Amino acid sequence: MMTAPASTSTIDLVQRFPGVVTADARPGFTGFVVEKDKLVEVATAIRDEFGFDLLTAVTGVDYLPENKMEVVYHAYKTTGGPGLVFRVQVPRVDPVEVPSLIDVYPSADLQEREAWDLLGIKFTGHPDLRRILMWEGYEGFPLRKDWQEPFYEEDVKPFKSRWPDGKFFMSEDKNSLKDNLKFPQDFDPEKWIPENDEMLYSSLKRYTVKAEDGMSTDRIVVNMGPQHPSTHGVFRAALTLDGETIAGLKPVVGYLHRNHDKIGERNTFLQNMPFTDRLDYFNSMSNNFGYAIAVEKLMKIPVAERAEYIRVIMAELSRIQNHMVFVGMLLNDLGAMYTPALYAFEERELILDIFEAVSGARMMCNYFRFGGVVRDIPEDVMQKIKDLVFDRLQAKTDEFERLLSENEVLVSRLKGVRVVDAETAVKFGVTGPVLRAAGVPYDLRRADPYSVYDRFDFDVAVRYNGDMMDNYLIRIDEIRQSLRILEQAVKQIPQGPINSQKPQYQVRVPAGEAYGRIESPKGELAYYVVSNGKPNPWRYHVRPPSFVNITCLEQMCIGTKIADFVALLGMLDIVMGELDR
Amino acid sequence: MYGKGILKGLGVTLKRYWNTYWDDLVWLFQGKKRYNSPEGIAHRSSSKTRGIFTVQYPEEKLLLPEEARYIPFLVFDEGAEGKKEVRCTSCGICAKVCPPQCIWIVRSNDPNTGRPIPEPTEFYIDADICMNCGFCAEYCPFDAIIMDHDFEIASYSRNVYNMEKLLKPASYYKSIRPENYARNEAERKAKEAAKAAKAAAANTAAPAA
Repeated sequence: MMTAPASTSTIDLVQRFPGVVTADARPGFTGFVVEKDKLVEVATAIRDEFGFDLLTAVTGVDYLPENKMEVVYHAYKTTGGPGLVFRVQVPRVDPVEVPSLIDVYPSADLQEREAWDLLGIKFTGHPDLRRILMWEGYEGFPLRKDWQEPFYEEDVKPFKSRWPDGKFFMSEDKNSLKDNLKFPQDFDPEKWIPENDEMLYSSLKRYTVKAEDGMSTDRIVVNMGPQHPSTHGVFRAALTLDGETIAGLKPVVGYLHRNHDKIGERNTFLQNMPFTDRLDYFNSMSNNFGYAIAVEKLMKIPVAERAEYIRVIMAELSRIQNHMVFVGMLLNDLGAMYTPALYAFEERELILDIFEAVSGARMMCNYFRFGGVVRDIPEDVMQKIKDLVFDRLQAKTDEFERLLSENEVLVSRLKGVRVVDAETAVKFGVTGPVLRAAGVPYDLRRADPYSVYDRFDFDVAVRYNGDMMDNYLIRIDEIRQSLRILEQAVKQIPQGPINSQKPQYQVRVPAGEAYGRIESPKGELAYYVVSNGKPNPWRYHVRPPSFVNITCLEQMCIGTKIADFVALLGMLDIVMGELDR
Repeated sequence: MYGKGILKGLGVTLKRYWNTYWDDLVWLFQGKKRYNSPEGIAHRSSSKTRGIFTVQYPEEKLLLPEEARYIPFLVFDEGAEGKKEVRCTSCGICAKVCPPQCIWIVRSNDPNTGRPIPEPTEFYIDADICMNCGFCAEYCPFDAIIMDHDFEIASYSRNVYNMEKLLKPASYYKSIRPENYARNEAERKAKEAAKAAKAAAANTAAPAA
């Protein structure tokens, strides 16, 4: 594996573009500041000359006191190693314009739309710059620091009205509409016509009417969702169809949007921990993990040795139950209603029992703290983990394989149905099992090891065909590899304290930025946190795997039959909690 | 042979079907109750479970582990003549650490001096906003606020809990979390002993000086 040290590329990029690229000199910050006009040129060089082929995150930041906006890009190599951070700074005067990187890195598509939607950063050259999480016609850019929500109390928590003179009131009583919303002055709901559908369909227009063989054919738009049972939540896809073949697709998301980032910026650092549980609600342990790593990087604190192992055990148990439910739900999507799904849920129940015993909650665990975890694993729970790992889960995985892997009906349904090829997957920023099933062995536990994963002996599961069958099998492979990690972890776990820090409800975080990334069961989950030394983060951004993975959905679907769409969406394993945030 | 995979899969479902009834019969012959008994529920959520593993709520309920958390409550110690000695000192840490900011405390002031005294006049938890994260209980320095096990709180109106509704005796705390309670008590005793020793040392030192 080629892992060039970050320092060599540091010198190169400034030398390669003198006067255009400068090293970021702010204390606590790394990477480069690129001149706005040369961004596309520099990004092309970063991709082609320096080999950073995977752009994982595009993050807008509003620096209100300095009166500027910033867009931060995190690029990585699919061969592994540390990443490259580059950023553009523009004055905070409307229109805030930054050139779009969609031609260099197509993975920037939805993330640039998100930055436009929430921060009002206009990406020039983006072909379809519509709002994505908020609705078209929404007033204002909610992530800007001078924007206030209807229930606005104060800029940051803790609110002064709670203590020592906490006279209770209900927030809705303070709002004239008695609800968590506000309208523009001249808004009349009776006369309002939503413009978002018009704009959506016009973005699909490029696929319409075409004459073939002298016959004039037309294409129709079909909306799947937002309440379609196979969409794994409130997800909507607008499809253009040529007969039964998909000719174009636009994902429509944001139905579950609650502006997690803004909530996170109002919260103190610690208060964000339970909120991360609500992102990918299947894997709250993994979500905690990523956030803890990001803040620990900022605080520059070590993690207690025993806690590292507990973290790995919890994250891998979480991965096992996620993949088991994935397989069950995939079969649901394909029409094998409930038998495999309930078999999967049986194992998931047992794993959730463990989560409940250690953390107190089955799904919203809130188990990690900066420097360690909340509490130790009790002896009887450790025994149960061992029983599951060494005994039951192995057998149950075999049973799953006996039930499904050779089933001729399933195999003929899955085999040879293309999901995505390696090149497209990397281009569109797909991470996780879908990328690995396409033949790219990119797993952060190996490519950019975090926690104690470098101490375990396991293989990166990889399959090469990139079809549905491989996407199914890779989940089974990953369950087996997770079990391997768990076997070693429960044997090696040392005794000792479970937190390197004293329990404190208000942590001190020095100024700077950190990008904490982990391999969540669905792909790369990353948190970008900027601190200005105050008790609350200045910027808190989540890079959820589900959200970035659906950038590729259109590429996956074009040319396939509409009947495959449901299965293809199932393959991506999206969870709306983290997609819509 | 085409169809072998399907037969193999059907074998799995058949085995599970068989196990369901076999397990029920075994429990029946052993004279144990597999359903509607704590023993049976514990078995069904153990790593040995097979056959029917579902728990028929509300007739049966899962056994909650000690750390299970739901809405918080306030602990009072039962003093002489049934006097409620509220442990809370209204220091405000729980209100400050609460992520959704659902805790409201009015601190008491001495009517004569106007100085704050360590007990709350009013204490509200907006249970509809509470996200059951457990921070308040975790960071409370006096073990005065504890996460409850009672999860059946559905109602037709908003659940805003006042002191009257929130206060529960220390014996209740002991009944739902025996290990935590024992640990807390040991810590409190140790602290008091240290304090007494210090006071005694000061007393003996004072006359000497």
